[in-house]
Amino acid sequence: MFENATALETRRAALQSALGRETCRVLVCGGLGCLAKGAQEVFEAIRTLVAEQGLAAAVELAEHKPGARVVKTGCAGLCEAGPIVVVQPHGYMFVRVKAEDAAEIVEQAVKAGQPVTRLLPSDNGSGPIVRMDETAFYRKQHKIALRNCGVVDPESLDDYLAHDGYAALTKVLAGMSPEQVIAEVEQSGLRGRGGAGFPTGRKWRFAAAAEGDQKYVICNGDEGDPGAFMDRCVMEGDPFSVIEGMTLAGYAIGASEGYIYVRAEYPLAVQRLRAAIKQAEAAGLLGKHILGSELTFRLHVKEGAGAFVCGEESALIASIEGERGMPRPKPPFPAQRGLWAKPTIINNVETLANVPAIVAGGADMFRSFGTERSPGTKTFSLSGKVINTGLVEVPLGTPLRTLIFEMGGGIRGGKAFKAVQIGGPSGGCLTSEHLDLPVDYESLTAAGAIVGSGGLVVVDEATCMIEMARFFMEFTQSESCGKCVPCREGTKRMLEILTRITQGKGTMDDLALLEELAPIVKDASLCGLGKTAPNPVLTTLRYFRHEYLAHIQERRCPAGACKALLGYAISPDLCRGCTKCARVCPVGAISGEIKQTHVIDAAKCIRCGACKDACPFKAVVLK
Amino acid sequence: MAAQSAVAKADGHVMRRFARVNEIVQRHGAERGNLIAILQEIQAEFRYLPQEILTYVATVMDLSPATVDGVATFYAQFSMEPKGKHVIKVCDGTACHVRGSAGLKDYLRERLGLSGEEQTTPDMQVTLETVACVGACALAPAVVIDDVVHGQQTPESLAIILDALLKEGAH
Repeated sequence: MFENATALETRRAALQSALGRETCRVLVCGGLGCLAKGAQEVFEAIRTLVAEQGLAAAVELAEHKPGARVVKTGCAGLCEAGPIVVVQPHGYMFVRVKAEDAAEIVEQAVKAGQPVTRLLPSDNGSGPIVRMDETAFYRKQHKIALRNCGVVDPESLDDYLAHDGYAALTKVLAGMSPEQVIAEVEQSGLRGRGGAGFPTGRKWRFAAAAEGDQKYVICNGDEGDPGAFMDRCVMEGDPFSVIEGMTLAGYAIGASEGYIYVRAEYPLAVQRLRAAIKQAEAAGLLGKHILGSELTFRLHVKEGAGAFVCGEESALIASIEGERGMPRPKPPFPAQRGLWAKPTIINNVETLANVPAIVAGGADMFRSFGTERSPGTKTFSLSGKVINTGLVEVPLGTPLRTLIFEMGGGIRGGKAFKAVQIGGPSGGCLTSEHLDLPVDYESLTAAGAIVGSGGLVVVDEATCMIEMARFFMEFTQSESCGKCVPCREGTKRMLEILTRITQGKGTMDDLALLEELAPIVKDASLCGLGKTAPNPVLTTLRYFRHEYLAHIQERRCPAGACKALLGYAISPDLCRGCTKCARVCPVGAISGEIKQTHVIDAAKCIRCGACKDACPFKAVVLK
Repeated sequence: MAAQSAVAKADGHVMRRFARVNEIVQRHGAERGNLIAILQEIQAEFRYLPQEILTYVATVMDLSPATVDGVATFYAQFSMEPKGKHVIKVCDGTACHVRGSAGLKDYLRERLGLSGEEQTTPDMQVTLETVACVGACALAPAVVIDDVVHGQQTPESLAIILDALLKEGAH
């Protein structure tokens, strides 16, 4: 329990001097991705060996025994190559580590300070890369929101303090007024990282100005966009940053109560946040008289129950109140009338994780990254058909090409890049002509997409864009809460049309209707879900109109992905004229003389695939 | 006699369930804001939300049964049908979708012998669900089996996991 800020700083000094005694820090990634691949076993194996061999640094601050420390961290980013083990201060990163590798890591890296060459990563066939920050994946990253992810032990307040945690709060309590905190955040130009990009400082100013005996701070951790996982990584990997950010927000707007709303699918995030809140409460960093000051701030975790629409702020508020998560018309905005009709601010996880860094380091530090109108850095989750999937943080304004081809390592399996879906079901797709586009709020909006929460799903030539649009529409249609007609009916009708087109039953009238419906749903829906639901349709219509036409006019799927449009054909080069296919065809669609090339009559073919299964020479191909 | 004791036994069972619900409601507090958390804990206890329990919750919390039903049916997490002993969730988020989650779903449905809209095997061993995104996009396609995330799955790798899972269930 810290009586005051001085007590905290004394503790921090002791912790940092203990940090200085660490001759070696072994960071085992404990993010969801690495855990799924066996990181827990790796962590335990290394920790046991270090302990058994007497290499561990003293845990007690009073003891001064130098040595190594083994830490299970949050997500290190490169999930593709997990489990990941980083050894500092050398900067070695070992990839795809197994528990059996522990002995070698301890012998070589911990004891001798040498890399284990066979576990080092490489870039596209390059030789092993010794230092983590020299790999293509990490080289261009700048971490602000993720500054502690993969570095600190997310389950330890001490480790957070040792890494300058709560420096922002002590700075504020030592002499910054709420107004000064808001001004600093405003000046940093930080914009909401959840998708809409609304200036955070302005949001805070509205709530600070609103009248109310009770105000609330809500952290939106309902990361529902399929293909986005950056908030999960922050909550799992650095929960104290989120808590400190919320405490600062509470101080700035005069709120004494906060809620973290986490989606039900993230049990590990819930567990880590709850543990962190308990530690912060015990240390006097949450509750009444925080660090001996007048500041009171209490924090609660609310688990979502599986509804995408609850990512929308008014629906999220309804859900915390125990109602069905349906959005409410705005205005009034939550800053005036939010949770239980009190002034409320809702910020996204990543936004809040940036706040302590901005307050401690100053607005100029943040502004030194990014562009004039989109300052700072942004996290992106790279997934889909890229080689390096994982989590990155780059300055806004970084070109898509850098993200996909340099950090992402390009497309898997030597296939061609086709498009990148950015911003999930609310966003749009961009094509190869946009690869040099700087990723910032303005440029992406101009191209018809959005930064959104930062999910980048890369697709290759084998993905049909109409099927992709249909997939997103199916998602938004099933997640539509049904409150307003344009969204409830519009998404359903658009889904029907898209389904017809992917089944080869679409007409030109369908296309015209789709083009009429999409803008109406966008304009007339009540909340963000409906307003953005047509985006995947609109962008695919804009950039892949030829694919729509191929499906409708030629009954053909250019990507060869829509099953209903696939046709079977016999390759003349491979066919030996064995007649097997003709004999199994149930509708007599295959003709040909023995030892002569056979032919399929497309008009008769029912696409059952019996011929393909029967052919011993793999001569029956899908077209 | 036998019929009477069966009724008494069933009554006792129901009473025990209601007592458990009372405990849960009391611990959270009967305020409206706690309804979702209460339903979540009840579901964790009973593995689904039985209709009579929902009605009982409404009475205890002084809400209309329609309100409680409305909340219970709104959120995807809540199930009004009993779930199987094991729950398999196939992630169909964007990243998993483009990396072939549909094939995994087809395989699992066939392997488990599920037809039509069926989600749970008749022997109540396995419930198969599709979820929008578990946030394991970098490990696509992902399948969550009894809360453990399995990344980069194929029908072959699932077959191995299922063999072990169902064998264990047979004992």
